[in-house]
Amino acid sequence: MITVDGLSKSYGDFKAVDDISFKIRDGEITGLLGPNGAGKTTTLRMLSCYLSPDSGSITVDEKKSADNQLDIKKMIGYLPESAPLYSDMMVYDYLKYVAEIRGITDEGRISEVAGVCRITDVMHKNINELSKGYKQRVGLAHAMIHDPQILILDEPTSGLDPIEIVEIRNLIKELGKKKTVILSTHILSEVEATCDRVIIINRGRIVADDSTENLQSAVKGDKDIIFRVSGTDFSGLKSALSGINGIKNIANIDGDEFTSAVLTVDHQAEVRPEIFKTAVQNNWVIYEMKQEHLSLENVFRELTTGGEDEKAK
Amino acid sequence: MKRLNESLIIMRKELKGYFNSPIAYIVITVFLAFTGFFFFKDFFYFNQAEMRGLFQTLPLMLSFVIPAVTMKLFAEERQSGSFEILMTLPVSAWDVALGKFFAGAAFSAIMLSPTLIYLVTVFLVGSPDPGPVIGGYIGAILLGAAYTSIGLLASSYTRNQIVSFIIAWAACFLLWIIDKVIIFLPAPLGFLSYFGTDFHFQNIARGIIDTRDVIYFVSLCALSLMFTVKTVEERR
Repeated sequence: MITVDGLSKSYGDFKAVDDISFKIRDGEITGLLGPNGAGKTTTLRMLSCYLSPDSGSITVDEKKSADNQLDIKKMIGYLPESAPLYSDMMVYDYLKYVAEIRGITDEGRISEVAGVCRITDVMHKNINELSKGYKQRVGLAHAMIHDPQILILDEPTSGLDPIEIVEIRNLIKELGKKKTVILSTHILSEVEATCDRVIIINRGRIVADDSTENLQSAVKGDKDIIFRVSGTDFSGLKSALSGINGIKNIANIDGDEFTSAVLTVDHQAEVRPEIFKTAVQNNWVIYEMKQEHLSLENVFRELTTGGEDEKAK
Repeated sequence: MKRLNESLIIMRKELKGYFNSPIAYIVITVFLAFTGFFFFKDFFYFNQAEMRGLFQTLPLMLSFVIPAVTMKLFAEERQSGSFEILMTLPVSAWDVALGKFFAGAAFSAIMLSPTLIYLVTVFLVGSPDPGPVIGGYIGAILLGAAYTSIGLLASSYTRNQIVSFIIAWAACFLLWIIDKVIIFLPAPLGFLSYFGTDFHFQNIARGIIDTRDVIYFVSLCALSLMFTVKTVEERR
């Protein structure tokens, strides 16, 4: 278990991380979510013993990070943002070097990790010849080579193409079954797709810390349905639909040959069958009816507004 | 003992890195071209079969060449970000500094080794006094190590390799020139010549291996390494 207590770090006048405390339980995938410049990387760098905090403490399995740096470094596998590996080394040589420093003498371990991260076919390429996705996977292999209990990944999917993103996410989920994984991201859907728990941080402070499900259901309020038909004009549509229980507001969307509207609906209500029946009764042809997916986006936007300006790292 | 092991792994990796890039070969070529010129100038022009000409210019030569060898050691890692990876491996700042220092010092020794051909030439055509030759090589290795440690310190201050080179060169050059400018300074400042690398090197190159000269070079290394470790730890 990782306990972070009152952690702060400043760069000059700028407070990158401001008195944050949280606990990370074993065997969970925790997402550190926040806009760019919120202090995610700084937090992860302190967890991985790269930066030392100005104040506050990090305790990993009863060991204080300030006094046991070498022990804690041994327990952690860390992948910095955009995997800055030694670009002029061959993948195999690089992994061997890391394994040697980690005190792993078993050569089989390197090919085992290469298999898990699916980099076996690039083992004899130079790292600077690799695509971003492969480089990221080599980085993952580097972080996992000593089979650490804790994996810290800083923006593991940034800059990858959609297929690579899915692959890396699946790999992380697979790893998360056995290990404690902490990852940072500014992409919401990533947290929803991979994490058990999310810590939202903004301007160096924690603004939310809960399980992904709890945060999702915390989004009360309203949801939107986008509705697009032909066979009526907007006022006709409005008068026909306004009778349905649960619809709070109907707003026009201009733009194309259809009659389109955004229906604001109460969070609990399921109004789509009613809308459909109304359309059938009035002989409208439905071209689109889409309920906006409930996501963390609202929570996130609410909690972090005004935090978008990029700050010094 | 276990700790030294990690330094050796880092040293091996750095040394391999030197020979995987063109820098090593360029630096060695330039070094050999210049030393060769100074050696064969005496050899053919003055008909002297001895190494003195080489050892006289060596400290100045090394003050240019070694910074080129050491400039990348930390600066490159900071620039590329791999420093973050290095420092999150289970190694201490001392392991890293020592590993890189050994690599640089070993490289400068390797760079010196082709000059042994000059030595063979000299022994073929003449009969030089072995004292100054042995002393010269021991001095050259000590001097190379001292300059390496200074270069390493300079490299740890910056992420720019050119800045690293210029700082290291300026420091090495200053240490070389200090006992030559001493005549322009008032007499009480005469002790400053003891800080000069050339002063101590020429003592050893005469064939007299005095502990004072050895201690000078060793303490120069120790001091620079200490500050390097301090810089590495502070930049966190």
